[in-house]
Amino acid sequence: MRRIIAVLLENESGALSRVVGLFSQRAYNIESLTVSPTNDKTLSRMTITTDVVNHAELEQMMKQLHKLVDVLRVTELTQSAHVERELLLVKVRTVGSEAREEVKRTCDIYRGQIVDITQHLYTIQLTGVGSKLDAFVATISDASEIVEVVRSGVCGIARGDKALRG
Amino acid sequence: MEMLSGAEMVVRSLQDEGIEHIFGYPGGSVLDIYDAIFQSDKIEHYLVRHEQAAVHMADAYSRSTGKVGCVLVTAGPGATNCITGIATAYMDSIPLVVLSGQVPTFWIGDDAFQETDMIGVSRPIVKHSFSCRTAEEIPMAIKKAFYIASTGRPGPVVIELPKDVQNPLNKFPYEYPENISLRSYNPTLSGHKGQIKRAVAALVNARKPVLYVGGGAIIANASKQVLELAEKLNLPVTNTLMGLGSFPGEHKQFIGMLGMHGTYEANNSMHNADLIFSCGARFDDRVTNNVDKFCPNAKIMHIDIDPTSISKNIHADLPIVGSVEVVLQQMLDLIEETQATNDSESINAWWDQINKWRAKDCLAYKTSDTHIKPQQVIQCLYKVTKGDAIVTSDVGQHQMVAAQYYPFKEPRQWINSGGAGTMGFGLPAAMGCKIAFPDRPVVCVTGDGSIQMNIQELSTCMQYNIPLVILLLNNRSLGMVKQWQKMFYGGRQSHSYMDSVPDFVKLSEAYNHIGIKVDKIEELEPALIRAFELKDRVVFIDVAIDPEEHVYPMQIKSGSMEDMYLSKTEKTDA
Ligand SMILES: Cc1ncc(C[n+]2csc(CCOP(=O)(O)OP(=O)(O)O)c2C)c(N)n1
Ligand SMILES: [Mg+2]
Repeated sequence: MRRIIAVLLENESGALSRVVGLFSQRAYNIESLTVSPTNDKTLSRMTITTDVVNHAELEQMMKQLHKLVDVLRVTELTQSAHVERELLLVKVRTVGSEAREEVKRTCDIYRGQIVDITQHLYTIQLTGVGSKLDAFVATISDASEIVEVVRSGVCGIARGDKALRG
Repeated sequence: MEMLSGAEMVVRSLQDEGIEHIFGYPGGSVLDIYDAIFQSDKIEHYLVRHEQAAVHMADAYSRSTGKVGCVLVTAGPGATNCITGIATAYMDSIPLVVLSGQVPTFWIGDDAFQETDMIGVSRPIVKHSFSCRTAEEIPMAIKKAFYIASTGRPGPVVIELPKDVQNPLNKFPYEYPENISLRSYNPTLSGHKGQIKRAVAALVNARKPVLYVGGGAIIANASKQVLELAEKLNLPVTNTLMGLGSFPGEHKQFIGMLGMHGTYEANNSMHNADLIFSCGARFDDRVTNNVDKFCPNAKIMHIDIDPTSISKNIHADLPIVGSVEVVLQQMLDLIEETQATNDSESINAWWDQINKWRAKDCLAYKTSDTHIKPQQVIQCLYKVTKGDAIVTSDVGQHQMVAAQYYPFKEPRQWINSGGAGTMGFGLPAAMGCKIAFPDRPVVCVTGDGSIQMNIQELSTCMQYNIPLVILLLNNRSLGMVKQWQKMFYGGRQSHSYMDSVPDFVKLSEAYNHIGIKVDKIEELEPALIRAFELKDRVVFIDVAIDPEEHVYPMQIKSGSMEDMYLSKTEKTDA
């Protein structure tokens, strides 16, 4: 089961390595992890996507995270309404105006933006859920040659009143 | 405000924290702190011969007193030598603060002389760690470290102190924080009211209950509550290896240790119970045997201060997060208030069944004319010390025999490395206990393999005159390894011999201690009497025991709790 865990933790040196260490130490799987300070600079917010075998494993994982001295709050997002987004940057090689047109069209359909251009290279930016980014990468690779791909990993937030605050 | 250097702040903060004893070893990166210690008359420092021993000493000092143990070592190898000690404390939830030096901040990352990333190396085996990058951070880091180490589920905390931060020439205003609170760390002490109600109801309604009490009850100082609850409801009590002493070993409701080398009655009671009430015990694999076959008819109730320990290995039907002491007191109060009782008829029937298992007398053993049996040695130790000694142990057969044959009266009387099983723990542990309790008899029960893992500490004993008794159950082999090889590896004794055990008597004498060799059973009691009479000397008793003796009962691998070997020739029918 794919699960998204949001963690609010002290923005202190060592905090990230404790979280990452916990996952490897306990043989938990991390699919992606993003972290950045919040509007309150003393706190960081982390989103971890993971794959668990059952609910017991998820619960243990969340308890283990919460046990870390730096961690203030832990919540799971997929079990209720939430928004998740990932940022994709992809650089493609295009030769010929037809290919360029095709890239531009595909970009528009997916609501991506071309953020850099050189003679043969387009760099495209796209946000969305993981499956949309996957589909875009597959489509664009038909029209052009992919030079490199970078994805941010998932950021997530609960819908409505629910909030993870210090 | 008083102006102090970083090094002075370390020592003053420890003083203000109430620390009287510290165990350590100096080196380049902590010389300024050592200089400050030299000038303090409040903190007594013990110089070990290996940093691992300093951690075990501080650890056992903590286990025997309940206070936080404190260690000071230099950077690099000084720090890494602590790792086994820290892991040992971590596994058994022992509060420690380990201060380690570090290269100056401006060299960190440059592979400077004796630079090791101690924070990184120790990360998986500490409760938390701090790296001080300025002197002003020191008092708060120390305050937080002691607070974190000793509250909630206790554990070791490492503080890294770079050399420049200690600089005696730079002075800063010093104030030791009085109180602290951490927004991200608030351990739960008292149990949820609804859960307490449900727990009392489940307990009084149980027909075949077992109170399964672990090290958490000792850490929480909950022995009084355990005894009161057990007596009030006439409950059978079993202890884990770590829980021994939390309930009086000679109490008629004590059914012995459980688990891999637990008693027949304890393991059978668990397997057949309808309610297992874990008080600060974490369903370790050395207890449960095969989890799929674990106690098929039991409802599981579990008090633990650490939520991650609940439903980790065995699903808890009724979890209660909190301190064992506080939660049991809440339950006792509710029982008092509601005059709740259990059905004495079904409890008596349960006891009849348990007494049948007891009648098997699973700890009975055959004596021999030619060999001293390890069981005899421990029973004699019990007799001579009248059950009042603090007993530390190493790891192996001797440890299990000590746990089985010395009924501990009180908590903090049995000091052993349960979770990590660290050979080499016993001697420094005994030293830590003796420093904490100079007037109590302290004995280290050890093996010929284990004692050699920290034997150098005989020198520390000489320096500080720490008069303890070392009782070596010498079977000229890594007995526990050999037992497994005999039982499960076709008897192939791959590297379980000690072909060259030294003359321990001469070795002790070399350190100006007294060594006594015991080869015959008649010599044992006089040797022990003499050892405990000599109150100002270390006495090392080397007892030649039967090298072929095995530890029984022993659970059968992949079986349920009730599946056990009972002797070399007998096992329960699975
Ligand atoms: C540091 C360490 N290394 C290895 C082991 C594995 N081990 C467990 S018991 C044992 C044998 C211990 O021998 P000894 O101290 O003589 O005790 P005995 O079993 O003979 O009583 C060994 C090697 C361990 N527990 N700790
Ligand atoms: Mg041995």
